[in-house]
Amino acid sequence: MKLDDLAQKNGEWLRGGGPEADIVISSRIRLARNLADFPFVSRATARDRTQIEQAIRQCTLDIVAEGDLLYVNVEQIEGVDRQFLVERHLISREHAESQGARAVAIDPREKFSLMINEEDHLRIQVMQSGLNLESVWEQINRIDDIIEEKVTYAFHERLGYLTACPTNVGTGMRVSVMLHLPALVITRQIDKVFRSLQKISLAVRGLYGEGSQATGDFYQISNQVTLGNSEQELIQQIGNIVPEIIDYERQARQFLVKESRENLHDQVSRAYGILRTARTISSEETMHLLSSVRMGVNLGLIDDLDIPAINDMFIHTQPAHLQKLSGAELNTADRDIERAEYLRRHLN
Amino acid sequence: MKCQKCSKPATFHITELTGGKPQELHLCEDHAREYLTSSSESGEPDGPVSMAAVLAQQMAQQMVVGRTAEELSQLDKQSCPVCGMTFYEFRSHGRLGCPHDYVCFQQQLDPLIMNIHGKNEHVGKSPRRCSTGSANRTELIRLRREMKGAIDKEDYERASELRDKIKQTESEQ
Repeated sequence: MKLDDLAQKNGEWLRGGGPEADIVISSRIRLARNLADFPFVSRATARDRTQIEQAIRQCTLDIVAEGDLLYVNVEQIEGVDRQFLVERHLISREHAESQGARAVAIDPREKFSLMINEEDHLRIQVMQSGLNLESVWEQINRIDDIIEEKVTYAFHERLGYLTACPTNVGTGMRVSVMLHLPALVITRQIDKVFRSLQKISLAVRGLYGEGSQATGDFYQISNQVTLGNSEQELIQQIGNIVPEIIDYERQARQFLVKESRENLHDQVSRAYGILRTARTISSEETMHLLSSVRMGVNLGLIDDLDIPAINDMFIHTQPAHLQKLSGAELNTADRDIERAEYLRRHLN
Repeated sequence: MKCQKCSKPATFHITELTGGKPQELHLCEDHAREYLTSSSESGEPDGPVSMAAVLAQQMAQQMVVGRTAEELSQLDKQSCPVCGMTFYEFRSHGRLGCPHDYVCFQQQLDPLIMNIHGKNEHVGKSPRRCSTGSANRTELIRLRREMKGAIDKEDYERASELRDKIKQTESEQ
C-alpha cells in the first residue's frame, strides 16, 4: 500500500456512522509515550532519533497481524505529502514541520496512526466515527500494551508516564471529540458553551487541532488535565459533557427550523447552489458552505446527498488533497479552480 | 525600589517571557496580582488554546514571582546530570530534555505541575512490565552522552570503555 492509495478514499472515522453521527464527526484518543533510555526528542542527537525510530518501528510489526501498516518516513517525503497527512489528521502540523528522522505508521483503514519522534518519541492515536470513546480506549490500550511488551517506557511512580512537556505528564492522554455545531454558531450561543467548557478545564480547538481556527463550524473538545485522573475518568468527563453540547445544538437547530424555517432553508439552498455552480472557490468559503449543506442534509432540507459524501468533501477539498487527487502541483488560484471543478463533479 | 504603577514598595519582580524580548516588571503586591490576573485572561478567551502558550504563561507567573534576578540566574544555571539541559533552556522552550529532568528539577516542576493539572499524583494505567526499571535506564542516556563527548575530544580509549559499558547495561535489561 502507498500514500497515493489513501488519497483515493477516506478514513474510517469520516464514514459518518456511529452514535450521534449527525453532530459528532469523530472520537479520538492519543497517548504520549517515551522510551526510558533516550533523551526526549528535542534533546536527542541524530543517532538517538534514528535508534528511537528503529526501536518503535520494530514494535509496529506486532500491532497488525498481517503486518500491512503503511510506514511513512516523514523526513523523506515531499512537502505536499506531509501536508496531505496533516489534512488527513494522521500526523500533526508539528510533526510535518519539524526536522530529522521521524515517521508515521498508518493503519490502512486509518483507524489508528503512530507518530514517531514527534514532540514525544511515540504518539499513538486511534480515531472512530461518531461518539465511541469507550471503544476507542479499548483499541488504544491494546496497542499501547503490545508496544510496551517490547520497550521500556519512561515512567515515574508518582508522576506516571513522563513526557517532553509537563502539560502531558501522567496519563499522557488527550481525549478529543470533534463536533459540528453550525446552529450554535448561527444562534450566537457558541461562546457561552465555550466559556462553560473552559471553566471545567476542557479545551476547544478547531478542525486541525492546536492553534487552528474553527472553520466549517467544527470544534474539538478535549481534556487539558492529564495527571491525577485515571484514563476512565478523563473519558467519562468528556463523555458526560458531549451529550449536553449535542443537546444544545439540537435545540438550536429546532429553534431555527421553528422560528425561521424559510431563512434557514434559503441559506442552505444558496450554499448548495454556490457549491454546485462556482467556477473558482477558496477553501475557507467551501468549508463555510459545506457546513450549511451538512446541516441541511441532517434537517431533511436537502435529500439528494448523504453525510459520508459531505464528510469526504471537507477533506478532499483541502489544498494538498486537491493536488494529490489531480496529480499536479497547483498554486492558490489554480487550486481554487480545481476545487470548484471537484465540487461540481461530485454535487451534480 | 518602588512599584512601577504606584508609590508602594515593589515586592514582586516579574520577568515576562511570553513576548518577544524579556520584560522586567517591578510591582507591589496589589498591582502584581492585577497584572497576573489580567495576563492570564488576556488574548482570545474563546480562541484556540495552545498548550505551549498555557505553559509559558504558567511558568512566567509562578517561576519568577518574588525571585530576585540573581536567584533566577542561579536557578537558570542548574543543569541535569543526565542530559545536560539547563533550567534556563527548559524555561525558554517549555520542553524537557530527558526523563531524569523530572527528578532533578523536581523542586521547580512540582508547583508548575500542580498549577497545570491541579494534582501531582498519577492514577490510572502503569506499564505492566518494568514499571520500576524506567529510572535505571536513564543511565544509558548519560553514558551515551558521555561517549559522544569522549569521541568529540578524540579520547577514543574512554569512548571504547563507555561503549562496552553501554552494551553491558543494554543487555542487563
